[in-house]
Amino acid sequence: MLLFIEQILNGLQLGVTLFLMSAGLTLVFGIMQVINLAHGSFYMIGAYVAATVTALSGSFLLGLAVALPATAVIGMLVEAIVLRRLYKKEHVDQVLATFGLIMFFNELTRIIWGRQPLFMDVPSWLSGSVELIPGIPYPSYRIAVIGVGLLVALFLYLMFTRTRIGMQIRAGASNREMAGALGINIRLLYTLVFGLGTLLAGLAGVMAGPILAVEAGMGESILILTFVVIVIGGIGSVRGAFIGALLVGMVDTLGRAFLPALFRMFLSSAHADGVAASVASMSIYILMAIILIWRPQGLLPAHS
Amino acid sequence: MLKVEQIETFYGSSQALFGVSLKVRAGEVVTLLGRNGMGKSTTIKSIMGLTQVTRGRITFNDIEIHHLPSYQVARQGLGLVPEGRQIFPNLTVLENIMVGAANRGGREEPYTLDEVLEIFPRLAERLKNYGNQLSGGEQQMLAVVRALMTTPKLLILDEATEGLAPLVRKEIWYGLSVLKARGQSILVIDKNLDALMKLADRHYVMERGAVVWSGETDELADNEELKARYLGV
Ligand SMILES: Nc1ncnc2c1ncn2[C@@H]1O[C@H](COP(=O)(O)OP(=O)(O)OP(=O)(O)O)[C@@H](O)[C@H]1O
Ligand SMILES: [Mg+2]
Repeated sequence: MLLFIEQILNGLQLGVTLFLMSAGLTLVFGIMQVINLAHGSFYMIGAYVAATVTALSGSFLLGLAVALPATAVIGMLVEAIVLRRLYKKEHVDQVLATFGLIMFFNELTRIIWGRQPLFMDVPSWLSGSVELIPGIPYPSYRIAVIGVGLLVALFLYLMFTRTRIGMQIRAGASNREMAGALGINIRLLYTLVFGLGTLLAGLAGVMAGPILAVEAGMGESILILTFVVIVIGGIGSVRGAFIGALLVGMVDTLGRAFLPALFRMFLSSAHADGVAASVASMSIYILMAIILIWRPQGLLPAHS
Repeated sequence: MLKVEQIETFYGSSQALFGVSLKVRAGEVVTLLGRNGMGKSTTIKSIMGLTQVTRGRITFNDIEIHHLPSYQVARQGLGLVPEGRQIFPNLTVLENIMVGAANRGGREEPYTLDEVLEIFPRLAERLKNYGNQLSGGEQQMLAVVRALMTTPKLLILDEATEGLAPLVRKEIWYGLSVLKARGQSILVIDKNLDALMKLADRHYVMERGAVVWSGETDELADNEELKARYLGV
């Protein structure tokens, strides 16, 4: 039972990280109709910038404060220089161009930071653990990650439903021409949305920094999960991304934790571990397939 | 205020407008008439910057607008009620109304929400509904109100009564007459000649991408040959 609750929290933590990644990607995909494979690169950039600034200054918060605007600015530059040319192109062109961006950014980080991974320490004020539920200590840092993710979700919700800019983004997503004819500067809006999306990816990268190794290519493994999330959630829907991210986070974490025990009940333990490991790594794709059979557009498609 | 001079517009390689010219003066209601496919909507889209004009010139209060992106055209003070309404289905009625309302490049005295809802009271009861939950008539009224909230110096309507029940049409025409009385300049496309004759000051008749006749309401009323030939009445 203790283990179960701990794994639920782990799943939640992976889930909110995936939400931060997928919120931006689903917006860019849904509103601009651009497939941006380089989204994971902003996760990596966020982690590298934060790791470097944190190491130099000794302050994690300063690292965070520098990394967020840095990823947003780099994101907006990439939008203005590269992606803007891709809006009217075929998906194949978008995939090729943004795949090129992945290689560019990976190589650039190797040139700047070298091939050795960087390690980031958990800030000392978050290095302890807390008993959320009596008897179950859980690392404070991971709780902070969950809290930040949930706060961002709330912030996005309020931004989309309560502010004029959120209203304009939704209008532009459903009918770009008409929004323009009402005086809304769609281009500027797109750049801002893109900047927001990359900032969130950067935030996810910063928060993953102390948990994982900061290295070139780290964006790609999470990118695949992120795509699974937005397909499950429904492309273009931030709410769908939230639900999808939590589902994927839970299924992936709980699968890895409990499938071995489950399979040991009816297989020899040597076999069970192997089978469980492969099933666990497939679990999110199985989840995706089931959801798509049930709802081909995803859980909450933006244009229904 | 609006001056369109000899514009030509293409869709790909097929030419839709062949040198269209027209004018709207402040306070006027002007119509664009003609049968299906003659280029009325294309003229409107060209004015709004939604299709590219390859030749000619469009000015609005002496500012050239034919090379501006549509959001800048709108900010000069042109408000569009497009063909097919184009309500944002995923926004509530109130959000549809307010989404362009930050665009205050137009009239000196902006319309207030209360004022426009007084003209189309049906909408007042549905502010919380989503755009796709409205009837066709309500959507059309919403499209007019949405354009008004951008405080246009010139309101442009493309087939605002198409496909609506007679009673609902009446409400729309009534709304437009209220606006006219307030001094709102209007450029309107419609197939309902009788209603237009009561509302409008001047008319342009289009045929195959060009203006073939223009004149005042009295002249049009008396010209049976013109009406039969170009308007099919
Ligand atoms: N998006 C488009 N692509 C290609 N051709 C178009 C397009 N829109 C209009 N056309 C063509 O341009 C010409 C003028 O069309 P337009 O829509 O301006 O006519 P209209 O006078 O508004 O007609 P209606 O009364 O049916 O609305 C027509 O021949 C039409 O087929
Ligand atoms: Mg038309």
